[in-house]
Amino acid sequence: MSDTASEVQTHTIRLELVDEPGELLRALEPISEAGGNLMSIYHERGNVTPRGHIPVEVDVSCAPDRFDRIVDSLREGGVNVIQAGSERYDEELVVLLVGHLVDTDLSDTLQQVEACANASLTDLSLSAPRGNDDSSSARVRLKTKSGTTDEVLSTLREIADGKDLHVIEPLTEGTQ
Amino acid sequence: MTGARLAVLGVGAVGRSVVELADEYGHTVTAVADSSSAAIDPDGIDTEAVLDRKADEGVVGDADPDAALDADYDVLVEATPTTLGDAEPGFSHVAHALNRDKHAVLANKGPVAERYGDLRELEADSDGRIRFEATVGGAIPICSTIDDFGPDHITAARGVLNGTANFILSRMAAEGLDYDHVLAEAQDLGVAEADPTFDVEGIDAALKFVILSNVLADGDEEYTLDDATVEGITDIPGTALELAAEDGRTIRLIGEATPDGVSVGPRLVPDDGPLSVTGTLNIVQLETTHAGRLNISGRGAGGPETATAVLSDVSRLTE
Repeated sequence: MSDTASEVQTHTIRLELVDEPGELLRALEPISEAGGNLMSIYHERGNVTPRGHIPVEVDVSCAPDRFDRIVDSLREGGVNVIQAGSERYDEELVVLLVGHLVDTDLSDTLQQVEACANASLTDLSLSAPRGNDDSSSARVRLKTKSGTTDEVLSTLREIADGKDLHVIEPLTEGTQ
Repeated sequence: MTGARLAVLGVGAVGRSVVELADEYGHTVTAVADSSSAAIDPDGIDTEAVLDRKADEGVVGDADPDAALDADYDVLVEATPTTLGDAEPGFSHVAHALNRDKHAVLANKGPVAERYGDLRELEADSDGRIRFEATVGGAIPICSTIDDFGPDHITAARGVLNGTANFILSRMAAEGLDYDHVLAEAQDLGVAEADPTFDVEGIDAALKFVILSNVLADGDEEYTLDDATVEGITDIPGTALELAAEDGRTIRLIGEATPDGVSVGPRLVPDDGPLSVTGTLNIVQLETTHAGRLNISGRGAGGPETATAVLSDVSRLTE
């Protein structure tokens, strides 16, 4: 596999930024300086990590050796790099959450999922009944890194357990 | 051997159908017992008269129920209600037959799910053998398919093995109704029992997947209901099925028997996939080592359907 070492790959970097003007631009500079090609930025404004920072996800395409340099220079510049790797968020996971979703702070639930798991929320559909007594349902679509589905599901289960919510999981094995 | 002599214990839907259909399969019923009475005739009981008496008077005959255990028979059919824990009295009935070097065919899930090792031990010391196709998926030949492939060549089983829960989920999805409405409808139709706990809490399905795990482990490991992770369908609101449907999916009560263990719970499955059978149908998928995936579906419950599996087992044991 020696010929793949210099191959250009897409890498995902997960950062945490302080919510101050100019922070995002400052974080992105080392990427272009080191020769990385910025593919996408997912700036989750309005979402806050448990530490009060804003999560940002950046896809960069470059050769592996340059990628290491990018991560190093980000860290040298004081940017908090949560995760860096060549894995892409390329698997989709759809689950249903059932229970008192609104009462238990749905957005907090989803933030916890994103913060703890190797997952990024791509779609949410909520169906709440008229009364307050009945439980409501949400369909949550997550992008996960390949091979981490079981891990994400078990994190999800823990978070749901803590809030007395019910997770209806997909059958993860193979193609149905 | 042409035709076997059967002692049938239990005269519920399955036991009754076994008695009714035995003749068609070339077998003779020499004893029948319910919980309070027995009818015994070494030359074959008058099945019609016995079942009429059961319907009219609530008893099958004048003999003591235990007398059926000592009657002349080649195969004991254990079709009394499933009990958990020590699985009595079903377990003792089967033990009695094996101790007499007679075969036993079970429709009662209790002994196979809760005391599989004990059963196999008794069988090893006996000239009699046990079969229990009817305990898993009614008329669907699941255990015999695993037998044919050999447990070593099946890596996992999964599917829908409870018709009541499946009926409720598919009606909820089709009609946009809530659980309580559909359960009441299912009870009116006779699809759900007055006390549906076993079915809707996933226990019945779990027992079946525990049995499959025991068969697949082939003595290397023993499972009971306590080893299974079980979740039912009573907490699923209609809105969950609506959200699933918008995304081309639906919810089914899916059981899994894998090397990691036994689990039963509601799962999201593709709406048009093989696992989303509707109504009271059952389906099992078997993962094979060299032949991909097998899907076997059919009627997983009902008197004549389950009796068919019992009588096939009888034929296998006595051919």
